[in-house]
Amino acid sequence: MTLNPYLWLVPLLPLAGAAINGLLGRKSSKQAISAVALIFCGAAFAMALFLAAGFSSASAPYYFDLAHWIRSGTFQVDFSFYLDQLSLVMLLVVTGVGFLIHIYSIGYMWDDDGFYRFMCYLNLFMFFMLTLVLAKNYLVMFIGWEGVGLASYLLIGFWFTKDSAASAGKKAFIVNRIGDFGFLIALFLIIKHFGSLDFTHVFAAVQPLPVETAGAGLLTAIGLLLMVGAAGKSAQIPLYVWLPDAMEGPTPVSALIHAATMVTAGVYMVARSSTIFEHAPMAMTVVAIIGTLTALFAATIGIAQTDIKKVLAYSTVSQLGYMFMGCGVGAFSAGVFHLMTHAFFKGLLFLAAGSVIHGIGGEQDMRKMGGLRFYMPWTFLTMSIATFTIAGFPPLAAYFSKDEILWKAYSNPNGSWVYWLIGVITAFLTSFYMFRLWFMTFFGDYRGAADAHTAEHHSDLAHSVHDTSGHEGHDHHPHESPWVMLGPLFVLAILSVVGGWVGIGGRFEHFLAPVFQGSAELAHESAGGAAGHGPETLLMLISVAAAILGFLLAWTLYLRRPLWPTRIAAGLGGIYTTVFNKYYVDEIYGDVFVKPLIEGSTAILWHGVDQGVIDAAVNDSADAAREVSDKARHMQSGNLRSYAGWVAAGGAVVIAYMVWLGVTR
Amino acid sequence: MIPLSYYLVLSGILFVCGVLGFLIKRNIITIFMSIELMLNGVNLSFVAFAAQWHSLSGQVFVFFVMVVAAAEAAVGLAIIIAVYRTRETLNVDQVNLLKL
Repeated sequence: MTLNPYLWLVPLLPLAGAAINGLLGRKSSKQAISAVALIFCGAAFAMALFLAAGFSSASAPYYFDLAHWIRSGTFQVDFSFYLDQLSLVMLLVVTGVGFLIHIYSIGYMWDDDGFYRFMCYLNLFMFFMLTLVLAKNYLVMFIGWEGVGLASYLLIGFWFTKDSAASAGKKAFIVNRIGDFGFLIALFLIIKHFGSLDFTHVFAAVQPLPVETAGAGLLTAIGLLLMVGAAGKSAQIPLYVWLPDAMEGPTPVSALIHAATMVTAGVYMVARSSTIFEHAPMAMTVVAIIGTLTALFAATIGIAQTDIKKVLAYSTVSQLGYMFMGCGVGAFSAGVFHLMTHAFFKGLLFLAAGSVIHGIGGEQDMRKMGGLRFYMPWTFLTMSIATFTIAGFPPLAAYFSKDEILWKAYSNPNGSWVYWLIGVITAFLTSFYMFRLWFMTFFGDYRGAADAHTAEHHSDLAHSVHDTSGHEGHDHHPHESPWVMLGPLFVLAILSVVGGWVGIGGRFEHFLAPVFQGSAELAHESAGGAAGHGPETLLMLISVAAAILGFLLAWTLYLRRPLWPTRIAAGLGGIYTTVFNKYYVDEIYGDVFVKPLIEGSTAILWHGVDQGVIDAAVNDSADAAREVSDKARHMQSGNLRSYAGWVAAGGAVVIAYMVWLGVTR
Repeated sequence: MIPLSYYLVLSGILFVCGVLGFLIKRNIITIFMSIELMLNGVNLSFVAFAAQWHSLSGQVFVFFVMVVAAAEAAVGLAIIIAVYRTRETLNVDQVNLLKL
């Protein structure tokens, strides 16, 4: 443990930016707002680079105690920051991608009335995310955890006058509360049994405990509850429903918060708690199963979506599933590796999609795009790189990270060929829906003008796939985005290409090894046991084949034979409708949880308890007081003689009483 | 010697007359006079007791009451004049600005 006095600057710099823009932004020029936002976010990035430059594995981890917080007996929690290999990776990803997206946002949001608000929220988000990543204990992490939730809520509902955006924000916030509930209970259990929330103390206390192989115990409970929290934040089954709706927010937000950084916080938290999970194999299995199922499930939904951002949202859910699959089989470093490359290519995909949406005047329906490669060549170029990356083509970034997860899922002692098989199927589906998006958006002819005026969003696929007539003279003639938006695309495109190369030869895993000591040992044992690179190469070839297959299928269906998808959809009938409607999960949740809750609350809590008991008690006592007073106030009529009468009557009563006393004595 | 009870009964009658006049009459001056009647009813019982018990304190009390009654009369009549000047009536039922 080495003291590093600069750590606190990293999160505090964006907070300063948020404060300045939030307080003074309303009256400032957009140039000044952009300058403030970029300078403070850029300063955080520079600080991160500075910390990375001074980072040495010998003296890691670094820490800094900013202030005392809770001191109660032996239990203490401080505002402390912590930097080890894992936080360093997250730190660089968050500040780097965050800075690029700040630049992009200036171009994307320039014409919006809430420009200063947007930049303020973005900086605020950076503050909370960096707090989360740099926390030294679970409670500071929880501040960041809730803070990014708040920033996410504010930014999803950024266009709050739009009803759907406001409800999407609420949905995200409420679904996240369910996850946070689990997280909090896990923290209570940790406090109760280890008397501390500090990572180093807790993990040191967990280390000597026996692995809970036989049955579920304390650590299994903590692990599962942490996973509930992670499932909420990282949009895993069953709490993934908020992420697709979160696409109501502006596209840079989708890129920064709902693809690159915040949604990976759950993965980070699970990886951070790897010591606990390693002692709870059952929790690990649950993590792996949830991740695997989510990956497959979300990928199948992604196939049938027509909104470009919704496809990417389900793709994000699916990729997060991969990360959890990796963590669940004990390959935490593989999960974090995929987290990093995902931040690059998914950030790029969203930004490029935003560039497309920006270029054609706000349209998000892929059925009204097409042929855009001629109109926006640079966006097309970067989007193509991202698409090939996410599909898993070598030697692009995701190829390395995804293959590492798949290989570990197969070869690790906790792994199984089932995970691997589902992973490969998901890879095929990923490749298919991403190339579907690519072909529908950039190839064929532009379909935007034809039905721009009908604004028919729910027409079936047949309506527009081959609808190619007349795109001349339309208001929103597709155009390329400004350079301030294209710049970040290029940087991210380069990162998407080279980002995976740091993992060649296990260097990334080796770098993270001090954080995941337990899992590293597991991996080495298995690498020895599984006998070399023979099966690894074979599995790798299979997953590349899956990617190519997906490409070919998408090419056939959406470029060569554009009539086929409609026919296939019609042929599948109910299955297609189910997938198109996202398996009706939102409707099921609505009927099973939301509706009973609302109706039960209305009938029992509102009409019953609140109106029947609380309001009734207050109102009835007020009514009683009023009636008694109404009677009593007639005594004070203001009539002089009636007062005198009362006095006389009173006197008479007193005298009568005295007389009665005298008589009875 | 007239027994004490005669004085007390007379005193009671005077007092009750005062009370009834106070309650029934509407003219402020009549009410005022009813108050004087009540005071004098009380005065009568004071002096009656003083004579009965050969104590001067009752007589002294009566002088105090007279002084207070005189002062009251002065102030009260001034108020009555003021009321008449502003309201042009001495009917208490019409002097009811402070009523609910």
